[in-house]
Amino acid sequence: MFDTLSERLRKTLGNLTSRGRISEADVDIAMREVRMALLEADVNFKVVKDFITRVRAKAVGADVLQSLTAGQQVVKIVHDELIDLLSAGDRVFHLSGNPAVVAMVGLQGSGKTTSTAKLARHIVKTGRRPLLVAADPYRPAAADQLETLGRQLDIPVYRAPVGTSVPDIARHGIEAARRQVRDVVILDTAGRLSLDEALMAEIAAVNAAVRPIETLLVVDAMTGQEAVGVAQAFVAAVPVTGLILTKIDGDARGGAALSISAVTGVPVKFLGTGEKTDALEVFHPDRLAGRILGMGDMLTLVERAQETFDANQAQKMEEKLRKASFTLEDMLEQLQQVQKMGPIGQIMSMIPGMGNMAGEAQAAVDRGDLKRTEAIIRAMTPAERRDPTILNGSRRRRIAAGSGTNLPEVNRLVKQFGDMQKLMKQLAGGGRRGAVGSLMGRR
Amino acid sequence: MAFWRRRGVQAPEPPPLPSAPAPPRESFEIEASPVEEARPAADSPPEPRPPEPASPAPAPFDPTAFLAVAPTGSLDTGLERTRSTFINQLRGYLGDADGPQWDDVEETLIAGDVGAALAIELVERARRRRDSPNAESAIRTELAALLVKRDPDWAPRPAAAGGPAVILVVGVNGTGKTTTIGKLAARYAGEGRVLILAAADTFRAAAIDQLRIWADRAGVPMIAHAPGADPGAVVYDALDAAVARGADLVIADTAGRLHTKSNLMDELSKIRRVIDKRLPGAAPETLFVLDATTGQNGLAQARAFHEAVGLTGIVLTKLDSTAKGGIVFAIEDALKVPVRFVGVGEGVGDLLPFDPDEFVEALFA
Repeated sequence: MFDTLSERLRKTLGNLTSRGRISEADVDIAMREVRMALLEADVNFKVVKDFITRVRAKAVGADVLQSLTAGQQVVKIVHDELIDLLSAGDRVFHLSGNPAVVAMVGLQGSGKTTSTAKLARHIVKTGRRPLLVAADPYRPAAADQLETLGRQLDIPVYRAPVGTSVPDIARHGIEAARRQVRDVVILDTAGRLSLDEALMAEIAAVNAAVRPIETLLVVDAMTGQEAVGVAQAFVAAVPVTGLILTKIDGDARGGAALSISAVTGVPVKFLGTGEKTDALEVFHPDRLAGRILGMGDMLTLVERAQETFDANQAQKMEEKLRKASFTLEDMLEQLQQVQKMGPIGQIMSMIPGMGNMAGEAQAAVDRGDLKRTEAIIRAMTPAERRDPTILNGSRRRRIAAGSGTNLPEVNRLVKQFGDMQKLMKQLAGGGRRGAVGSLMGRR
Repeated sequence: MAFWRRRGVQAPEPPPLPSAPAPPRESFEIEASPVEEARPAADSPPEPRPPEPASPAPAPFDPTAFLAVAPTGSLDTGLERTRSTFINQLRGYLGDADGPQWDDVEETLIAGDVGAALAIELVERARRRRDSPNAESAIRTELAALLVKRDPDWAPRPAAAGGPAVILVVGVNGTGKTTTIGKLAARYAGEGRVLILAAADTFRAAAIDQLRIWADRAGVPMIAHAPGADPGAVVYDALDAAVARGADLVIADTAGRLHTKSNLMDELSKIRRVIDKRLPGAAPETLFVLDATTGQNGLAQARAFHEAVGLTGIVLTKLDSTAKGGIVFAIEDALKVPVRFVGVGEGVGDLLPFDPDEFVEALFA
């Protein structure tokens, strides 16, 4: 729906063939597009303003490298600037102390409890022994939720009796950790609105009581312009040491993280990438920068492919591609696999250089082209799928009728498949296995 | 709505801004809004949340909480906050002696999560208007034009063929679906409707327990299966139970899901089909719960859920925060699905009907 920045700049600066320097007029046009792209990614408008000022200063008069167009050059400047911003601060996750205390804070529904469990699992992998403390006495069943997650991970959860004050819950939790010989304590605090003074004072008191080494602000990647105000309120109340950006597995661009880092200087430390407890990633600035700009995100694509594709299946498929023994049956299987990865347009937009094809590919899906292709293949006999050369006129007519399509469509598919086979034979001969292999998600 | 009108009495209109041009937000300091003073001061060391005046205590086990269904004093503050900064800023710009400062207006709309493209378009259209006496009414007209016309007497209605009315509640993770259902249950139980809740969020840890607490507060029965059960089956059983017991409303909770997960969206479509199968022609209300702090992604969310289950309404939650919920304008404009309720707090009574005309009117009143 949103044009990526690269796409926008290609449209506006694309026919600009001038080599040498970027003119001021070019920069003006480009900056308008950069502004829109950042605002659509939910970067705070004030941050956008400052950002544009800085980028403009760098872009005016900048040399355009031989290999790049003016538009690409601007994208590169913007991208580098974003990475600079996102790399600021101390991104190391500290766990010194015995027990080391980690406090999770944030708005309601940002994903604190889920992130607590994910972080605990991450910590266990580093050889430490965490204890989870249910410090949210307000939301119904919040403690039950944490307890259930703890049970799944085989990590103990401390619950205080009803009526215990939250700073006391934290203190007792640490005592419990000492008794049970756990060397990390994670406090799952209640979600709170940044302007609820009583509750903001409460987390300040918790902080004073137990002095966490890490106070992580949990922020929903879908948050809009208010992210900055919210983060500032938390930073004013407690010494926030890092962000966890959650729900980044959706299609939100996550500009909120950029706004918060830019204004408060608090670095992003982790990303929540799914609902399961293993879906926590250490943050990489370059990947989020690419995402905010809507540029290619190959790593995410590869990961998603790995998630979706069965490794054995992928290996088998690669083998087939290499030997060019790829049949219509395999094509059907591939179609289904690819569709499992998510909207095709979104997948294409992650591949550098394919961004401009994303819209067309999605349109093809929306028109039902893939479904029709599937129907045509399904209407074939196994023998026909293995060897389309036996498809004579009568067979083709039967397939058209059986799949609810028409003869030209069947003919087109058969021809396309023939072309594809030819291409694969060439690729196989050309020895470009590596490229194919990595796309197929083989580790 | 009454609570909006009451605003004039309870919270006196701040005096018109002095003739000096209203400054746009110069810094990122948190703005002190007049509303915050209405909240209990908390300079004393914190203790478990002090009870808010006239608002039911949000403590989880208060068995009397469901009694306070009627809108309370906290509602004013909830919406007031949304309006105060946002609209007073707008009014400041629009009423400026040197003529409207359109760039600032645009910025204010963007800051309210209306979206850059839409904000630019709105300002463009407002500037071109010749039929409005002034800039303020022009922007107001344009904003109002984006919202869908709706029936003020809306209520979930039973299927033509008899049987209970059904509300299916959907949304991404953490927007407040379960809490909204708790409030809806209390509201309709308070109106004397006989209802049953369906705990069809079988995925999230303790989601069923959370809904049970709300069900107990509202004194409403709940149908649940074990965690991990098929949510479609839970809904089916709840509909069966409703028919058997003669209940006239079923509210189904569903697990939060990101709109990009096609398998989970398919699961939701299936739940919808289960309803259509068990109660043909039931035409369930499908309410999309949207967190007011959501930015531009809200539109993509709404589109995906609309495609999966056919939305009939929106609940805008957490409007008592500093967020403005401006993405609703884009959503209503694109999908023609109206906001039915706004959530303005954690109390069981903190769910208000939303009226677009009054809302836009109140923005400029």
